[in-house]
Amino acid sequence: MELTYIPLFAVLVSLAAVPLILLSSKKPNLREFWTILAGVIKFLLVLTLLPSALQGNVIEFELFEIAPNLPLVLKADTFGVFFALIASGLWIFTSFYSIGYMRGHHEKKQTRYFASFAICLSSTIGIAFSGNLLTFIIFYEMLTLATYPLVIHSETKKGIAAGRKYLTYTLTAGLLLIAAAGITYSLTGTLDFQAGGIFEGTELSQTMAVTIFILFLGGVGVKAGIMPLHSWLPSAMAAPTPVSALLHAVAVVKSGVFGVIRVVGFIFGPEVMAEFGLNEILMVLAGITVIVASLLAFAQDNLKRRLAYSTVGHLSYIVLGVALLTETGLIGSIMHISFHATMKITLFFCAGAIMVNLHKKDISELNGIAKVMPWTMAAFTIGSMGLAGIPPVNGFVSKWYLASGALEGGMILPVIILVVSGLLNVGYFFPIIHRAYFRKGGPELEGHTEASPFMVVPLFSTAVLSILFGLNPDLFFNFFDMATSIASSIFNPL
Amino acid sequence: MIGSEIPALIPVTYILFAILIPVVGLWKRELTWHLSLLGTGIATFLSAWGFWHLIQTGETIRYFFGGWAPPIGIEFVYDGLAAFIVLVINAIAFLVLIHSKEISKVEFPGKKMAYYTVSMLLMLGFNGMVLTGDLFNLYVFLEISSLSSYALIGIGEKRAPYSAFRYLIIGTVGGSLYLLGVGFLYTVTGTLNIIDMHAMLPQVIGHSSVISALILMVVGVGVKAALFPLHGWLPDSYTFASSTSSALIAPIGTKVAAYILLRIVLFLFGVELVDDQLPLTTILGAFAGIGILYGSIMAIAQSELKKMLAYSSVSQIGYIILGISLANPFGFIGAVLHILNHALMKALLFLVSGSMRLKEGHSLITKFDNSYRKKYPWTMAAFTTAAISMVGLPPLAGFFSKWYLALGTIENSSWLLLAVILISSLLNAVYFFRIIEKIYLNNPEAEEAIEDETIQNNEVGFSMMFPMAVMAIGLLLVGIFNVYIVNVIFTMFPAGF
Repeated sequence: MELTYIPLFAVLVSLAAVPLILLSSKKPNLREFWTILAGVIKFLLVLTLLPSALQGNVIEFELFEIAPNLPLVLKADTFGVFFALIASGLWIFTSFYSIGYMRGHHEKKQTRYFASFAICLSSTIGIAFSGNLLTFIIFYEMLTLATYPLVIHSETKKGIAAGRKYLTYTLTAGLLLIAAAGITYSLTGTLDFQAGGIFEGTELSQTMAVTIFILFLGGVGVKAGIMPLHSWLPSAMAAPTPVSALLHAVAVVKSGVFGVIRVVGFIFGPEVMAEFGLNEILMVLAGITVIVASLLAFAQDNLKRRLAYSTVGHLSYIVLGVALLTETGLIGSIMHISFHATMKITLFFCAGAIMVNLHKKDISELNGIAKVMPWTMAAFTIGSMGLAGIPPVNGFVSKWYLASGALEGGMILPVIILVVSGLLNVGYFFPIIHRAYFRKGGPELEGHTEASPFMVVPLFSTAVLSILFGLNPDLFFNFFDMATSIASSIFNPL
Repeated sequence: MIGSEIPALIPVTYILFAILIPVVGLWKRELTWHLSLLGTGIATFLSAWGFWHLIQTGETIRYFFGGWAPPIGIEFVYDGLAAFIVLVINAIAFLVLIHSKEISKVEFPGKKMAYYTVSMLLMLGFNGMVLTGDLFNLYVFLEISSLSSYALIGIGEKRAPYSAFRYLIIGTVGGSLYLLGVGFLYTVTGTLNIIDMHAMLPQVIGHSSVISALILMVVGVGVKAALFPLHGWLPDSYTFASSTSSALIAPIGTKVAAYILLRIVLFLFGVELVDDQLPLTTILGAFAGIGILYGSIMAIAQSELKKMLAYSSVSQIGYIILGISLANPFGFIGAVLHILNHALMKALLFLVSGSMRLKEGHSLITKFDNSYRKKYPWTMAAFTTAAISMVGLPPLAGFFSKWYLALGTIENSSWLLLAVILISSLLNAVYFFRIIEKIYLNNPEAEEAIEDETIQNNEVGFSMMFPMAVMAIGLLLVGIFNVYIVNVIFTMFPAGF
């Protein structure tokens, strides 16, 4: 079978599901069937790209020129397949979970919810497969717009305020990205993503390089939650929990860090980054974000908000790994994209299950719930351990590589940051586990049992996956091999 | 071969229908709408044909009236740019007039005949302005279009005659300044033909009359284009005019004036001469930039949809003039593409506001609520499409004109103007998402979200939905396939690029 069209189909399949979802708004079961079907097809399509991605082949499909000399290109390189695999794979889990959550929570406007979700996934896969910056921007802005209805889903005052904040941040980011792309285009005459960068042979002054980099960073940094651009993320927790789980722990925010790696590795390239000291800017921002976000997580009593701040911190792990400009560090970053995804989605799933089942949102109310919801809390414990970097959960693996990357570059401070942040992670997760297991629950817990299997099965599966990937990072999808080959392509361009 | 007669046939069609409509209208008033459609339809067809013909042959048609060659006679110059603009304005007018069927019955039932007759004259004026190759002839068409627009704006609410009168005073001053400028140039060069004069200007460029003429013409046309700070007439005129008049004049009128400005700056004087005596393009760019921000900020402050759109027009015309002032290929592409994009967007938005006035009796943003999404699902979808395009999100058309304009500012290293373009997009987002929130989301102040099952679909009829749908789909198509248009714009570049 011809592989060239597969990236396009992978993008379009969930978009094609949108009219079907809208048309079956009166038949919820049929509507959810379309979502699941699209999810499975999308995942299988991406999976067919895996063998060639592992061999380092790039499947490129040029649709048409969208501006003179700037075609709309879908390019399934290893990194793109890597990201698409995570996003589409976890979408399937989230879809099942959404059914349990949305029905259990008696949410309104579920059709709009599932339709927007499908558009979000199309945009995310589009971002993964974007072959040049302009294509990237188009899908990036699509993602912004498609996420908006999900953020304001509740249509409460809080939700609408969160929506405004979200749009303000992301639209501004989009504009900065456009400016950065425009300047890059006028300097280099191309916007293609090329491993090792496109600035080689371009006259760049120090100010110019820093300006372009800051513009880029403003563009992708908002979605990546780099401080001080992060504050939309905790507010966006007003969205239904599956949205927080997939979009605000995986698809949207990872699009941001994916963008950071595209910019650093495929636009600037490690050499230009080092030449102008751009990685130092990145490192300082990421280092501060890791520590400050972990500290802020302590202060949150609302479980989802605590998870949000934890996400902000962990996103900056990835950015920090990129800023090290060492191959091992980058491997750690890329691994953390996938591993943080499985862990954090588990935690959000748990938070949602607790909310639907016990109507509890705040950590101070969680006393004794492990008796009622043993499976959920077991999964929660696994996810927390992983994020704190305790083996055998996968978070340990990526953190190990991040730390080795720092040492390889002869840097001690990033290692200290990682260790301190690991301790802080323990500090803000374990009180939750302690409450759930060792404190006595109130009388309101009586009569409650575990949440619906629609929620428990997905959340437990992602927890099990986190352990399996921790034991063997190359299991099923060869995440480790992919990360190695991506990192090597950036540091040793042809 | 009829292809070479097209430049003359388009205005002649409008003259013919301007006579035909009152004659037939005396007999059967209902037919005036059909006739106006037929008129604009024929003109659109001719301009589409002519444009196609021109792309195929790539030859500019110079049509000499009465066979008298310039500089003695008057010529129409039908080059790629003129053909493009003519097609855009005729097609938009055709769509707007389809939409006018229902509104005309409600807003000016007794004046239909006058309205359609004058709108033919208006289109005659606009087409003539675009096509003519003679500066004085251009003034004549400018006055035809201006007089018609005073009349059309006067047909409207109670306050419409007042705002039309103000426009008349300001517009006449603008026209006179332009004419004065033409006179100055004539005394120095002895010709009125644009191509002829362009050839002579290098020899007389140092002459003080030439530079005065340039300033006078730019200011005069700037009034018509509502270039900040000469925009004072625009907001009230558009707001109080009947919905269909503002939908007809707003997307087309200021664009034609901006086109004239483009001709004067980049074709008559040319990139090399225009900045010879004073940094005109820099000054234009500065005013355009201030206008963009001023218009957007004023738009945010409005609570009436039409008035908001009017201020938004002031801002958007700034984009076009900014593109002209950059005087480089990307700026030119951005300006010309934005003439099309903005015509589509603004016509669509004014049609939506007209539909709302017809259905709800008002277009006050403060009274919009989320019942609209059930009552008018498609109209609201069209509105949202246009709004997103105005904000400039891909893949809709608005993104791409912004993209080319941004590239143009980068090429000139005009960082301030780049910032203006980007900031203005955000301001656009503010005033459009405010409305989108209102029509799609529950009122957060309300005690409880009420799902009112009694709200029935009350969508507008086909004659109103059709043009809006065409424009909304057009925005998507122009966005995705903009490169085909841009490739044609490449052939329109003035000398010196």
